Amino acid sequence: MSEMSKIVRTLSNITFPFIMVFGLYVIAHGHLTPGGGFQGGAVAASGCVMLIVAYGSTWIFEKIKVSRLSAFESLGALGFIGVAFFGLIFGGYFFNNFLVRTGILFNIIPETGFTGSEFNTAGVLPLMNFAVGVKVIAGVFAIVVVMAYASSLKEWKQ
Amino acid sequence: MSTRNIVAAVMFSVLAVFFILTALMLSFGAPIKSQMDDYIITHTQNETGTNSAVTTIVFDYRGFDTLGEATILFGAVSGVLMIFRRVKK
Repeated sequence: MSEMSKIVRTLSNITFPFIMVFGLYVIAHGHLTPGGGFQGGAVAASGCVMLIVAYGSTWIFEKIKVSRLSAFESLGALGFIGVAFFGLIFGGYFFNNFLVRTGILFNIIPETGFTGSEFNTAGVLPLMNFAVGVKVIAGVFAIVVVMAYASSLKEWKQ
Repeated sequence: MSTRNIVAAVMFSVLAVFFILTALMLSFGAPIKSQMDDYIITHTQNETGTNSAVTTIVFDYRGFDTLGEATILFGAVSGVLMIFRRVKK
């Protein structure tokens, strides 16, 4: 598909940073507020898809390598399983939350009940949220980029 | 009427009877035993240090479920990129 009018492009330029900041906020605060890696990744990926709609799939396909997006997607999956295997190594079983009481990172235990939001909590959950967020952003964006570019080719239209 | 249709009709009727009996046995909202809910609500902050119990269930208590979701997404992306692999610049 070709690029849209200048009004659409300007509006997408204005709203794109806000959508990305909101998506990354949902990913980063997954252990404090509703949301997480999947939801925030979907929000950020839809912000990237808005760029495809505004600027045309050909321009985006020339700017971005799909193989690199696929590598990021695999990297997210490997990070997720890697954190789970670190739980197996350090804690004794798969998906163990091994960072909670060790004093390294994300180790504060909040009081039971309604407490304030402390970012430095929750053990391995922020790491898993980050890995899943990278995976969802790269995966969904790669799917949409490839399909949008393939729909604009002449040899596919017969 | 072939044998296959008869078997299909018998299986469908048995399944329908099971569904109707299940719907009639339980009233709305039953069973009210909430041991798992109470355990998660009371122990989440002490055990994992997380303020959001939903994220704790998704990523910690039910981690294998999330692993399956991630695998499904990985398979979907791999399949789409494999189907469109002949697209070149």
